[in-house]
Amino acid sequence: MSPVPAPLDERFRAAAAAEGLLDVAYDILEDTPVGPLLVGVTDRGVCRIAFDPEPERRLEEFARLYGPRVLRSARPVDRVRSELDEYFAGRRHGFDLELDLRAAPEFHRRVLAELARVEYGHTTTYGALAARAGAPKAARAVGTVMNRNPVPIVLPCHRVVGANGSLTGYGGGLDRKEFLLRLEGGTL
Amino acid sequence: MPAAVPPFETFYATHCDEVLSFLRRRAGRERADDLFQDTFLRALRAYDRLEHGEHLRAWVLTIAGRLVIDGARRERPQSELTDGPAVEDGRPPFEELAPLTDGLPPKERAAVVLRYGYDLGYDEIGTALGSTEQAARQAASAGVRRLRKEKGDTP
Repeated sequence: MSPVPAPLDERFRAAAAAEGLLDVAYDILEDTPVGPLLVGVTDRGVCRIAFDPEPERRLEEFARLYGPRVLRSARPVDRVRSELDEYFAGRRHGFDLELDLRAAPEFHRRVLAELARVEYGHTTTYGALAARAGAPKAARAVGTVMNRNPVPIVLPCHRVVGANGSLTGYGGGLDRKEFLLRLEGGTL
Repeated sequence: MPAAVPPFETFYATHCDEVLSFLRRRAGRERADDLFQDTFLRALRAYDRLEHGEHLRAWVLTIAGRLVIDGARRERPQSELTDGPAVEDGRPPFEELAPLTDGLPPKERAAVVLRYGYDLGYDEIGTALGSTEQAARQAASAGVRRLRKEKGDTP
């Protein structure tokens, strides 16, 4: 049994997306400065960016959260790909992307909305973010929200640091957090 | 509990090679490419309505087989169609077979339809059902026996 030729395979994947038949289209950006990134997109916007693109696990997660019609397809991810490229090249300081955060609990969405306001090259603390989300005592819970941020980089949880200025933690590992902060030219 | 419906990507990656070679055997290399895309688009359109992930190979091969037959009918000259329903070598086409087999258990139904509707060999049916040639043969003949009984024919 010979494998499906690449052009035929790609034609189907493009047609599936063009006909609007997918619950989630995803692609893996193999070659970014922070390693491979898996990006998932629904008809509402970007639903996932993952540093650890273990596709098997992600696909199950997509199917559970958004529906089983999950397919790798490059075209729907093009816009995210080019904005990320520009960001990594230092030419983009904010993202013009719709997000699909429907899978996040209400408190998470509230905190993530505040997180979206933290500007390029700046940092804030878990406590300050908690206060802005209307829950000043919830610094620890805010840490959990950052850790589970479905769309890191685009929602800049790397800009949230400990009260003493230490990097504290990052879902993608501290090396990546440091890299992103240095890229943005903030003081560490 | 029956297996959950896997993400489409997993289903596609598992069956795409087999569907393409099935289509190439049945429809020729040239038509197979178009039918390949149609098969999986059709599967995708129905995919979120599947209730479980059982017999997905038989399911997708059935879709592919139906497209081969539909395409062959469309291409046949009109004059050949005037003699009534298209019946090649006496086998009922799928559309006639499908409603008749509605009452069969899923595995027997798949075996009967793939054997008599699509003329698949028992080895292919065994593969499609995720079992063996022997089991496919038994399922098809059990299905036919059951149909005869339901019709009240003597075996």
